Amino acid sequence: MNPFTKLTAVAAPLELDNVDTDKLIPNRFFRKARGNGLQRYLLHDIRFDAGGNERPDFVLNQEPYRKAQILVSGANFGCGSSREAAVYVVLDYGIRTVIAPSFGDIYFGNMLQNGMLPVVLAAENCAALRAQLRANPGAQITVDLEAQSVTGPDGTAYRFEIDAGPRGRLLQGLDDVGLVLQHLPEIEAFEARYRSEYPWRA
Amino acid sequence: MMAARTLFEKIWQRHVIVSRGADEALLAVDSHFVAEGSFHAFGALAKDGRRVRKPRQVFGSPDHFVPTLGREQGLAGMGDAESRGLIEYLAHNAREYGFDHFGIDDARQGILHVIGPELGISQPGLMITCGDSHTSTHGAVGAFALGIGASQNKQVLATQCLWQKRPKTMRIGVEGALGPCVTAKDVILAIIAKIGVSGAVGHVIEYAGGVLRAMTMEERMTVCNMSIEAGARSGMVAPDDTTFAYLHGRPYAPQGGHWEEALAYWRTLPSDAGAKFDREVTLDASALEPMVTWGTLPEHAIAVTGSVPDPACASSADERAQWDEAIRYIGLAPGTPLAGIEIDRVFIGSCTNGRIEDLRAAAAVLRGGKAAIRAWVSPGSTTVKRQAEAEGLDRVFREAGCEWRAAGCSSCVAMNGDGVGAGERCASTSNRNFEGRQGKGSRTHLMSPAMAAAAALTGRITDVRKLAS
Repeated sequence: MNPFTKLTAVAAPLELDNVDTDKLIPNRFFRKARGNGLQRYLLHDIRFDAGGNERPDFVLNQEPYRKAQILVSGANFGCGSSREAAVYVVLDYGIRTVIAPSFGDIYFGNMLQNGMLPVVLAAENCAALRAQLRANPGAQITVDLEAQSVTGPDGTAYRFEIDAGPRGRLLQGLDDVGLVLQHLPEIEAFEARYRSEYPWRA
Repeated sequence: MMAARTLFEKIWQRHVIVSRGADEALLAVDSHFVAEGSFHAFGALAKDGRRVRKPRQVFGSPDHFVPTLGREQGLAGMGDAESRGLIEYLAHNAREYGFDHFGIDDARQGILHVIGPELGISQPGLMITCGDSHTSTHGAVGAFALGIGASQNKQVLATQCLWQKRPKTMRIGVEGALGPCVTAKDVILAIIAKIGVSGAVGHVIEYAGGVLRAMTMEERMTVCNMSIEAGARSGMVAPDDTTFAYLHGRPYAPQGGHWEEALAYWRTLPSDAGAKFDREVTLDASALEPMVTWGTLPEHAIAVTGSVPDPACASSADERAQWDEAIRYIGLAPGTPLAGIEIDRVFIGSCTNGRIEDLRAAAAVLRGGKAAIRAWVSPGSTTVKRQAEAEGLDRVFREAGCEWRAAGCSSCVAMNGDGVGAGERCASTSNRNFEGRQGKGSRTHLMSPAMAAAAALTGRITDVRKLAS
């Protein structure tokens, strides 16, 4: 997993609340394997019309935003299904961080598992950032995980909170499976005790 | 003396192997369920050169992509190579690692959230995981059941453990007496409408109160199933005699002398008197009516006697914009009474409402009548299908002109091709009315099985209470 430390990049404003996992990748594309251009399906039914042509009014179809590595969205981003493909499409498109007032719980965890940083900022701050991004297409935002700050195009810095655990793992790019197996002796001791206390589960 | 603890706290504490920081822990997972959609997790596991660590605690069945027609031919009946490949890959992994697998032609196949409790795999006090957001269904037996993504799915396969941040607790007390034709589905839709689709983010819900105590296990499963639609991490109901009677004798339930040992432990699990929850919400169930969604979020649920709301009455500018968009997509003018809206098709099934009691409720409405529109019924499991056929419910559905399909997720998620056409309006017993959920451009109205059956008879959203009288 790639570590996440600091990112300065073009940001795209997504003027939507409740961007659910079915919007992020419609069901019919769920079985697609990763690595064969999965990013084509990101927000597919919003990005493309019935004929498969780009909708020119959608933000990611406009030139400066095509290369966005940061999304600034409305509330409850990623609500719905646990399908991680809804994270893969965003990451494979090139986006490393999403800034929103809130996230779906499972989606938030899935982002962390993939080295992506979900940033929670107050709704009015997200709205202010989106307004600046709309007014200055191609403007950049800096997300600094060490400092826990987001700096908008106008230079205003916003502090964000993130638990120490996921923050440390993102900074170092650590994989959770490895972190579990470091505890194998404790796990095996736990399991032996558990089996003796709940023999019907043995 | 130990402080009063909630059901959730008892289960959580019992599963902590090590703690990390203030509120993260490595938890032992008792049972892990996998479907063919777990292919990303199995692929990553193999790529890492790891194996399934505790195959006896892993259970698989294909559900999302299985066809609901031609199932007597098993895999050979699947024309779609991509979907067949996913189902073959799950079977391959079951053989490779040696976990129990109820394959496409197995008599126990079904939606994981239906077969877990049905086979007695899901038991009180367990920590259960599955790569699907409706895993909270298993919480109905008094378990902590968690939907996880593919990375964590791989983590559980490789270690049978899971790092988790401890969620907050929320008690939702439902009191009063349910009116006629008001069901568990209406209760959970009313809860979601009340607290909103992100109302329980970061929380595990314990559903409690007289209404929950009086519910059957299958009704409790319907309630717990939709916890995620309020944003909750999980949902649960304290185990009681209803739970124990339901589990007794099921194939994977404790047998013989172990049954009494298990029972003694299970009786210690309910929340202690005076246990503190981070949030408490109450709902007066006696005021409830059959519920229907009008828009594109589960929180857009109102009584069938109501009308599509006017965005001008929304509580904020954001909500107004969201309602405008929902109304545009769903194609209904503000002020339109829900009862009477024309429907194109009906879907009865899913992990929310695909159990035998759901099929009985739908059949009771359809018995002797004729569906005015295309309607199909997909039981939640092959066991439910067999039971329904033994009771003659399949004949009731067929004689009413409904299609009697095989078991799977079917039109709820439409990954197997059982889609609803663009612009078509579906009365559905499933759990999500998101844009495009049942197929590109599909319009979903969530409701109970009895209400869906009533819609089938009239071709319109119909108050089933009026149909009965």
